[in-house]
Amino acid sequence: MLRALKSFGAFWYDFVIGDDWHVAAIVVVALGLTALLTHAAHVNAWWLVPLAAFAALAWSLYRATSGRS
Amino acid sequence: MTALPLILTVFVACAVEAIEALTIVLAAGLTRQWRSTFQGMAAALVVLAAVVGVLGPTITLLPLGTLRLVVGALLAIFGLQWLRKAILRASGHKALHDEASAYLREVAAAKAAPEVRKGRVSDWYAFTLSFKGVLLEGLEVVFIVITFGDNQRDLGAAVIGAAIAVVVVTVTGIAVRAPLAKVPENALKFAVGIMLTSFGTFWGAEGAGVTWPGGDAALLVIVPVVAVVSLAYVFWILRYRPPASLGQQAPTPEGVTN
Repeated sequence: MLRALKSFGAFWYDFVIGDDWHVAAIVVVALGLTALLTHAAHVNAWWLVPLAAFAALAWSLYRATSGRS
Repeated sequence: MTALPLILTVFVACAVEAIEALTIVLAAGLTRQWRSTFQGMAAALVVLAAVVGVLGPTITLLPLGTLRLVVGALLAIFGLQWLRKAILRASGHKALHDEASAYLREVAAAKAAPEVRKGRVSDWYAFTLSFKGVLLEGLEVVFIVITFGDNQRDLGAAVIGAAIAVVVVTVTGIAVRAPLAKVPENALKFAVGIMLTSFGTFWGAEGAGVTWPGGDAALLVIVPVVAVVSLAYVFWILRYRPPASLGQQAPTPEGVTN
């Protein structure tokens, strides 16, 4: 049972998160910051998520091609 | 957003997955036996239909803001992973996905496996190979259909896009009785990565509370910007570490096909 749960979790981790969990972490943090800026500081931070996505992708690509991932 | 862009996006994304499933089904059917292969395929389709039937309407019950935040985050993460692989492939840092060689690998494994009967299934290997292939690729189709369909409150249009993709790929596969190696699958995956990332970014930020300049029309800017930045990254990586030969497997940390 535990083994089945582990492989189920591993499948979904690989399915959504994939090769580099840093990308997922950056996207989640960016969305959290966007919500904070929008609701608490009343800043319409529409630019934050795209910038974070591009930065996460660049960093992940750099890590992948330099052998650091 | 009207139904047409939704149908087209889901169609392309699902066609890519259907091509990969077809390769596995053909390897099982042509090498082993069709009866067990079809049984495995049918069992997987029943499971997938149950997942759509349960998850589709359930997710719709979430408030739109929460739905867009959660689904947007998932789509952006999922899309960035596709895009990452596509950029690494396009720049030669990762082997190109090749249906012909994937087919040959599956055929070799299928020929080596012994024939075992279990209950009504006369060839358990063909059944499980077909079941796993259709289920795993199908789950990606289900994920795309549910996220796009529910977010646009138009699950029907998303299902239509996916169904057309599956029918087109299946009919073509039956006609040629070979893996669809001539389909520009790597280019399609690049395009799908761009679409998933764009929609995920748009919906995720909207779910977090922002108002996009121009409303839904912002997508008409986001998609080309994501495409241009992604292509720029391809050229950046090419300059950063030129591969030995484009399109060939390069001796890099990510030279494994998946």
